[in-house]
Amino acid sequence: MLKLENISKTYNHRHEPLTVFDRISYEMLDGDFISIVGPSGSGKSTLLLMLGGMMSPSSGKVVIDGESIYDLPPNRRAEFRRQKIGFVFQTFNLVPYLSALENVQMPLFLAGLSEVEQRERATSVLERLGLGARLAHKPSELSVGQQQRVALARMLANDPTVVLADEPTGSLDPETSAQVMDFFEEINHEGRTVVIVTHDPTVAQRAGKMLRLGDCKVPYYEQTPVWASVV
Amino acid sequence: MKLSKLVWKELFERKNQVVTGLLAILLGITVIVAMRNITFYSEKAVAQELDALGANILVLPKSVTLQNYYSADIQGQEFPEEYVNRLANSNIQGVDNLSPKLAVPVQIANHKFTLTGILPKSEFQAKALWKGAGIFSRPTGCGTVVNIPGLAPKDPKETLVRKRVIDTLNENEVLAGADVANSLGLKTNDNISLLGKSFSVAAVLPQTGTVDDSRIFAHLHTVQQLSGKGKVLSVIEIVGCCDQISKGLVSKINHLLPETKVVTIGQIVDTQIKTNQMMSSLSLVFIAIIVLVGGAGIANYMYANVRERRREIGTLIALGAGSGFVLRMFLYKAILLGLVGGISGYLLGTLLALLLGPRIAGIAVLPMPTLIIWALMISVIIAVSASYFPARSAARLDPCTTLQEI
Repeated sequence: MLKLENISKTYNHRHEPLTVFDRISYEMLDGDFISIVGPSGSGKSTLLLMLGGMMSPSSGKVVIDGESIYDLPPNRRAEFRRQKIGFVFQTFNLVPYLSALENVQMPLFLAGLSEVEQRERATSVLERLGLGARLAHKPSELSVGQQQRVALARMLANDPTVVLADEPTGSLDPETSAQVMDFFEEINHEGRTVVIVTHDPTVAQRAGKMLRLGDCKVPYYEQTPVWASVV
Repeated sequence: MKLSKLVWKELFERKNQVVTGLLAILLGITVIVAMRNITFYSEKAVAQELDALGANILVLPKSVTLQNYYSADIQGQEFPEEYVNRLANSNIQGVDNLSPKLAVPVQIANHKFTLTGILPKSEFQAKALWKGAGIFSRPTGCGTVVNIPGLAPKDPKETLVRKRVIDTLNENEVLAGADVANSLGLKTNDNISLLGKSFSVAAVLPQTGTVDDSRIFAHLHTVQQLSGKGKVLSVIEIVGCCDQISKGLVSKINHLLPETKVVTIGQIVDTQIKTNQMMSSLSLVFIAIIVLVGGAGIANYMYANVRERRREIGTLIALGAGSGFVLRMFLYKAILLGLVGGISGYLLGTLLALLLGPRIAGIAVLPMPTLIIWALMISVIIAVSASYFPARSAARLDPCTTLQEI
């Protein structure tokens, strides 16, 4: 279970406080497939980073599997990310000097697995994504779709229970985009919670639930606590 | 995947930048090694040249002046030979050579000369060793004479002129000063009669321009016996290590032999000390400048590297890397750069010293393997210290900002 409890987030923008979230609460169940939509600057990515333990809220709690992640010390939170969370980025964020296999090995290496285990598991995940023949290729030697598949394999390597994806199809053509969404559905059916931030209505509609965020320029702190709506 | 593999791969990915970063530390270590190598051999060369000027400490009878010593007018005032044993068996450090002498006037064919009895080193060294301790158990490196190509000792007997002592001298052998040999027409292996005893000339000493030129050197015990003076000495000449002289060697000898007068030949000692101090100070100044320049170069490279890899660092943090891992990743890289810079700097510096030593300082230089330890230590310390703050800033990066996802 993934819970946002009374979350607020305020930035300082040119010495002026800018509130993005004001005391919002929301609950995601295990195995949910949720898309987060909204205009640019509405706080979609901020919410995703907060869910991933990368950005602490100004107040409130993010609870995953009963654990308030921002009450954990930073290193314990990093360990939590390694064990439970898988990230996918719009720009893939593959390490350019590592091969596809080595990129997928990274989270396994950070989790302390031996080199043999890393290689075995990374190879198996890459093969599942149809990249068995591209293990030694560097990102620059792969097509955009292949790069995103390597990123998906990297996300899946540590067998996360929560998958957070920020515009995962934003750089892809419609056909590859559909393949990627098929993959998200597949891993959702395996019981993982999948949260996708997207601008694309087609992608958003493939999720079981949709969370719509308002315009960030609206002074939300004056609004009612439940300003986000589930469609 | 291992940390080392990750760091190596990143280094190879950005070869050009690595070369630039490495260049600062490489050149720094090269200069330090080359300078230290040349300095070491020029110090030794200077020390050997100064050795040629003679002893730098004299132990004289209380009433004798330095002027008496130089004019060879020290007959009639002696002290017991046992003082040599006291010195040889003491634990005083910094005595490179020890030469007990007894001066006796002799006349040969209307020429007046000084017959000087000397004790070969082998005899008092044997006494010191027999006691199991003594001045010759000093630490190595202090005044230890090294053989330098081009400045190697000449014929063993002629080293008397330079080192004030010879290793062996038979009881029926003499060494003739240049003026004596010239006046009497003596050559090596000639025979000469002194105080009623026949001697063979073991060697003719080279011209020194000192009182030694008009001396004839024979075994101390033979001279003592022929002169009827018994076990006495006129002087003990000491070649002391200048470092130890500045640390109070003279007062230690004075304390050991209170019945004598211990004097230093100031000019020689001062020159040695000043030369060594100047070389040390120069080395320190250069090392300080190089450490600063090398450190600034590495720090600059590391900051640029952190800036360039912000997104990668953010990704690693998103994948579960802690700040400790990011810090280790950059410091490991710094250690690698330090090791590569140290080893290549040592090799290049040694090569430079071998090539430039003879041209700049006029001395031959040999490789010094011990410098590799210094090169590695300095290099790694510079690289790690200069990289610490960039590495810490990487470890503290806000992953959200670096991913530009907001």
